[in-house]
Amino acid sequence: MINKIVESAAEAVAGIFDGATVMISGFGEAGSPVELIHALVDQRAKNLTVVSNNAGSGHVGLAALIENRQVSKIICSFPRTTISVVFPEMYRRGEIELELVPQGTLAERIRAGGAGIPAFYTPTSVNTPLAEGKEVRRFNGRDYVLEHAIKADFSLVKCHMADKYGNLVYNKTARNFGPVMCMAAKTTIVQARKIVELGEIDPECVVTPGIFVHRIVEVSNPADESKLVAEERRYPWN
Amino acid sequence: MELAAQKEGWSLTEMAQNVARDIHDGAYVNLGIGMPEMVAGFIPEGREVIYHTENGLLGMGAVAASGSEDPELVNAGKKYVTAIPGAAYFHHADSFAMIRGGHIDICVLGAYQVSQEGDLANWSTGNPEDIPAVGGAMDLVAGVPSVFVITKHCTKSGEAKIVKECNYPLTGKKVVSRIYTDLAIIDVQNEKLFVREMAPGVTFESLQQQTGAEIHLIQEMEGHDKKE
Repeated sequence: MINKIVESAAEAVAGIFDGATVMISGFGEAGSPVELIHALVDQRAKNLTVVSNNAGSGHVGLAALIENRQVSKIICSFPRTTISVVFPEMYRRGEIELELVPQGTLAERIRAGGAGIPAFYTPTSVNTPLAEGKEVRRFNGRDYVLEHAIKADFSLVKCHMADKYGNLVYNKTARNFGPVMCMAAKTTIVQARKIVELGEIDPECVVTPGIFVHRIVEVSNPADESKLVAEERRYPWN
Repeated sequence: MELAAQKEGWSLTEMAQNVARDIHDGAYVNLGIGMPEMVAGFIPEGREVIYHTENGLLGMGAVAASGSEDPELVNAGKKYVTAIPGAAYFHHADSFAMIRGGHIDICVLGAYQVSQEGDLANWSTGNPEDIPAVGGAMDLVAGVPSVFVITKHCTKSGEAKIVKECNYPLTGKKVVSRIYTDLAIIDVQNEKLFVREMAPGVTFESLQQQTGAEIHLIQEMEGHDKKE
């Protein structure tokens, strides 16, 4: 019997081990699985490599995970926002490693990881510092840089609606990296605002087919990260 | 505003209007964060333009009204926005396929520096104290056929932003098509700068003085007569 539903966020993140590569969905707060990240803070796995577009805001969510010294490296396109404090401070002190990747290259490296493509050539970043040391090859008179796929041990993803097979539907621009991250991990862990019966999601409208999903937990009232940041909340809760 | 009007050159509003005038009916457009966002407000009547935001929305509408902000509906600058009827959401790999695949017609970006060959530097000043962050800028300039830059002609301290060669780290090489500043509109073609239009009160000589690379009259552009 297939039932990917688990009862709690703690159960969902069980087994994430020290040194694991963990993808975390979201573009800023949109699509960030705050409750799963907080469960990972409680779970205490350390020396993680995190793949995420940003590096967290305030002292909650991804920023809390970094502040709790569980992340040794982040692969990221934009680690700087007006309200990110934790990452910049630790980076300046040399306490966390950064691999900076152009946003589209990051998305495609993750997609490739999930699609069984080990590497690909892209025009993005050619002749810039981010292409230094990488193989460049010319196709039809234009230079392209070789980029390698990224795979993860775990992905933490937020979605709008899921069923017990793991079929997912997202909400607006909170979709962002979710679908490709679901594909690229050995174990994909999803928090859904709502879990519905099989058949309630129109098969024509499934965005992530269940084959890419392994554990689902319902978080019916997920926190608004921006609200927590504005209220100067910290996790573990202050 | 009065102060701005007395200054030499175009205001920010006029700069945005100048860019908007060159966005054709039916264009798919990506507007960068900051000054480029202003352009959306000035598209001439009768033209329909679809805005792409790289975080997964085609058909971005206006900024969300106060009180109806949705934290799951944001633009690339993480501002709360709206979606127009006929909008579409998609994931990041699809979004950048639109960009890299050449499907977006025009992008409008800010700049630290632009070189006479059309090299763009807009993601890093190279200051080791700064946290490096690149976002989608390198993908946009690599994939979008028309890259428009909107920027003040000089920095606050009066240094030229249009230069022979960028000394800031590049976003892309030979990628800029047109530069819109407070003083002029300049085309980049065949590794040269051609002045299309100057703001009222600006002379070619004064423009050259404030530009770090040689500028040319548009009439000198190869095939210019045939185009106009």
